[in-house]
Amino acid sequence: MLLGLVRPDAGEVMLLGRPATDPAARAKVGYLPELFRYQPWLNAAEVLTLHVRLSGFDVSAQERRDCLALVGLADRAGDRVGGFSKGMQQRLGLAVALVARPELVILDEPTSALDPLGRADVRDIVLDLRSRGVAVLLNSHLIGEVERVCDRVVILDGGRVAASGTLVELLGKRELKLHLTDVSPRVLERLGDRVEREGDWFTVALPAEDDGVGVPDLVGDLVALGARVHAVEPARISLEERLLGILRDAHGSDR
Amino acid sequence: MTAARTITVIAGLTLREAARRRVLRALIGLTIVLLALSGWGFSRLAAESGTGTLTSGETRLTASILLNLVMFGFSLVAALGTAFLAGPTLAGETESGIALSVLARPIRRSAFLFGKWLGLVAFGTGFVVLAGLAQCLVVKLTTEYWPPNPAAALSLLAAQTIVLLTLAMLLSTLISPMASGVVAVGLFGATWVAGVVGGIGQALGNESVERIGTVSRMLLPTDGLWRGAMRGFQDPTALSFFGEDEGAAAFPFLSQHPLTMTYLVWAVVWVAMIWGLSAASFLRKDL
Repeated sequence: MLLGLVRPDAGEVMLLGRPATDPAARAKVGYLPELFRYQPWLNAAEVLTLHVRLSGFDVSAQERRDCLALVGLADRAGDRVGGFSKGMQQRLGLAVALVARPELVILDEPTSALDPLGRADVRDIVLDLRSRGVAVLLNSHLIGEVERVCDRVVILDGGRVAASGTLVELLGKRELKLHLTDVSPRVLERLGDRVEREGDWFTVALPAEDDGVGVPDLVGDLVALGARVHAVEPARISLEERLLGILRDAHGSDR
Repeated sequence: MTAARTITVIAGLTLREAARRRVLRALIGLTIVLLALSGWGFSRLAAESGTGTLTSGETRLTASILLNLVMFGFSLVAALGTAFLAGPTLAGETESGIALSVLARPIRRSAFLFGKWLGLVAFGTGFVVLAGLAQCLVVKLTTEYWPPNPAAALSLLAAQTIVLLTLAMLLSTLISPMASGVVAVGLFGATWVAGVVGGIGQALGNESVERIGTVSRMLLPTDGLWRGAMRGFQDPTALSFFGEDEGAAAFPFLSQHPLTMTYLVWAVVWVAMIWGLSAASFLRKDL
């Protein structure tokens, strides 16, 4: 819908400050579709040239070569796309999305066909784009991948926004796991009531906003109170757990 | 990105696609075979007339009818070629996801469609005109027959190709790539048959049968344009030989009447109309 490929039923779409119905709004957008192919009778360099021409920007041949090199296709520039594997097509797709100096890059499942090495490459590219101030809209079902690179997360459920915010906002709940022995009642008192106990392991919920002194203060107090501290592990609920929690809550309340 | 630039880039891309896919090589191969076979046939015809079996008038007549026959072969090859190129280039690209990344660029869909159409027109008309001209030269070399109005005839043949590929393009925005090619060629064949049936009706003086040809020629102008093209290829004496009214009308490789200006205008309007429908259908399509 952002790119005018699907017609919205209602509402208004703005893309980089222009209404999305205006093709010019897409000038500074790079897009990697989820299911795609490139003209199999062209070679990789020609596909890039085509997209540069269609974007209306003047991108030098050197820049185009650099772009292919960035995705690891430098030595396949002259090969026909028809003979490319799915992973290579995906790399070419990334190059196409990046070649016309975009300000917004939309990546739809960019790592679906890639091996672990390729996934790491994509992660590096996305982080590099972020450091250059290019906005990246990453759509993915691989939650771990999202968690590693993103600043803000939007969780969609059945086409509706189920939750959105920065990682800190979404994963606000932080926890600390402690392995303690010689736990006296005063130690328990210091741990407070936001604690779960499993044998010698204590899981303490920490406040979302922490000025960095909460954990050392707690550990210092515990030691002073005579508890023996064997282990202190910071624990954070993963985005995946949070996502499942949000979706289960939403579906639970439906029933 | 201006529309003109989009159109040029996409038209160039379509031409390059035609050249790189096997369509072009297949077409060139078929054309050479057809030219060689007809060259051999026409040289046999010339040899027969040399021995006195055929008078020079009969030779001209036969050459002109045979030329129409061979030209029909070319128009069929062009029809098949463009229809099966127009299908994959639109429906195939939207199905496989090639169109997704192209249309996400800052271009208008109408400009994209027009570029595709222009590329196909250049390819189709280029083929018909070149192959047709080569065929006329083969006939000239072998039998010394030169059609009375080759330029008009070749343009009409090109116009017939444009009509058919515009139809194939409309179909390819609605149905799958293969189906659109098959339906377009099927309709082309059906109109030709309807034209022949109409001619027989005319020869027999049966008005309702005659109307079949007239109506089909209005619905899909390929047959009407083809008959106009034949008129430019054939020897003017051919008609008098068969008898001005009945016989010639029933014969599928002779054209009795020249095309009217009204019909040409209708063909142009028809192409514009079908193009508009394709654009409307393509613009509303969810990719």
